Amino acid sequence: MNHPTELKYSKSHEWVKFLDDKTALIGLTDYAQDALGDLVFVNLPEEGDDVRAGEAFADVESVKAVSDVFSPVSGIVAEVNEELLDAPERMNEDPYGAWLIKVENITDQEELMNAEEYIAFYESEADA
Amino acid sequence: MKLIFERGKEGQHCTLLPVCDVPVTDLKAPKRERPLHLPHVSENELSRHYTELAGQVHGVNNGFYPLGSCTMKYNPKVNEKAASLRGFTDIHPLQPKHTVQGCLEVIKRSEDMLCEITGMDAMTMQPAAGAHGEFTGLLLIKAYHDSRHDTKRRKIIVPDSAHGTNPASAAMVGYDVVSIPSGVDGCVDLDKLKEAVGEDTAGLMLTNPNTVGLFDKNILAITSIIHEAGGLAYYDGANLNAVMGIVRPGDMGFDVVHLNLHKTFSTPHGGGGPGSGPVGCKAFLQEFLPGKQVEEKEGALAFALPKHTVGNVKAFYGNFLVVVRALTYLLTLGKEGIPEAAENAVLNANYMMHKLKDIYPMAYDETCMHEFVMTLEKMKHETDVSAMDIAKALLDYGIHPPTMYFPLIVHEALMIEPTETESRETLDEVIGVFREIYDKARENPGAMHEAPVGTYVRRLDEVRAARKPVLRFAGFEK
Repeated sequence: MNHPTELKYSKSHEWVKFLDDKTALIGLTDYAQDALGDLVFVNLPEEGDDVRAGEAFADVESVKAVSDVFSPVSGIVAEVNEELLDAPERMNEDPYGAWLIKVENITDQEELMNAEEYIAFYESEADA
Repeated sequence: MKLIFERGKEGQHCTLLPVCDVPVTDLKAPKRERPLHLPHVSENELSRHYTELAGQVHGVNNGFYPLGSCTMKYNPKVNEKAASLRGFTDIHPLQPKHTVQGCLEVIKRSEDMLCEITGMDAMTMQPAAGAHGEFTGLLLIKAYHDSRHDTKRRKIIVPDSAHGTNPASAAMVGYDVVSIPSGVDGCVDLDKLKEAVGEDTAGLMLTNPNTVGLFDKNILAITSIIHEAGGLAYYDGANLNAVMGIVRPGDMGFDVVHLNLHKTFSTPHGGGGPGSGPVGCKAFLQEFLPGKQVEEKEGALAFALPKHTVGNVKAFYGNFLVVVRALTYLLTLGKEGIPEAAENAVLNANYMMHKLKDIYPMAYDETCMHEFVMTLEKMKHETDVSAMDIAKALLDYGIHPPTMYFPLIVHEALMIEPTETESRETLDEVIGVFREIYDKARENPGAMHEAPVGTYVRRLDEVRAARKPVLRFAGFEK
């Protein structure tokens, strides 16, 4: 499983790519897409919506279940990746290319992990 | 197989109408621009069509059907006999009440018995199925808070192991849903519940036994936390089969319940049922009930409208003939038979669980209620054989798959509910099949992805069906 070292990771299995101090892309990790299985639908917020750290901003549907996607940061949605609406499979095929939203004016963030910490985190979670 | 529209040809039909013996006149009304699109088939073509369809399905009449949380028990034929009596079938919902006293009595006696089983004071038969019952029950909760001008109560608390219909029903009523995580034991985490309640709590929705097949030992503490916060407690009757006649939701502290007659009370289930989702409530909510209540007035039964009714949730009296079937079941089993059915449902589930747990790891390895949940995470990790593969393999043995990937808190879950209507011989046979499939999965995991191989259609492409659904028969376009 692939977890790029330049990204930050949340406990609810989202990745964050900071473009600068106040702007970031958010997506689902490789581990998350693998656990969810083939994704068939995604609900995204709209540009200008507020997102808050720890709160759901989107949901994704696989053939198994519908799951919330949580925002690791607080800020304003600057852009949504509309390509995913028609092609949710992109999140399975290329989890780090298929960002869900771009957040700007970031004011707060959760405690985030680096790739190594994230791998240790989900491995320990699987053993529990 | 061919669709019904692909069978027969123009001019073929099933009925011979007698020669018209009155003058033909034109209807003074707007006419269709083109005729209705109906199949043109002869009676034998029609019969073959349905027989072929029947050959493609798997029902309780075909074999074991352990679909967890659905209680696919056998539906006794005596229910059908009662429901086909002409006094129940050849009636009109608006005919004079004195001509349908028997039908009113069916509704009244069913309500009384189900109130006794659930510990409720009043009931409506109007909701057509389980989720419809949830919606109706939540309308009662909302009407109650509104009647007290307590409009700040906007939130319904639902545990993360709940059936998906719970949050959906709450959202339909306009409530915000607060999901609370389950504890490591699969039950409600009391601390998390205490944190979640407040003056905005409208209520809690819970099923007990819960979706992992365990009876929540803290149930009285749970309902009193909700009541102390000013909310009401809603009992989802999905799992009542484990406890009917033994413990009552009303005594657990619940204020509103819904039942699924098509699960617990042996009426047809699957393929459209139709279902029936009666809602029961404590006396203080009775004035809000929908539809009409059957009451005794001057020695006869009549309909009465509850004082502050939330209105009709379905036309007339619900799916009446389903109620006839459920009453037949209740009268057949009687007060001794109802708890015995529950006990056997629990016994059957525990028997299967204990005969399988040495090779299939259980999500919660303790005495279960009417169903149990296994987790195939280890097998998936080691052999890439998933819960889905095992479920599909069962089809080749004439067994309906268990519920898969539910509850969401268990990974690679298979949820098995044998019900009380299966014999020990059947259970032993099925246990043998599960063990055989396990051996096959270990010996040749790759082949498991191919299952089923002997069914009418092979493994369906669920992903493609969800991503590129074809929702309309293209033949209509011609």
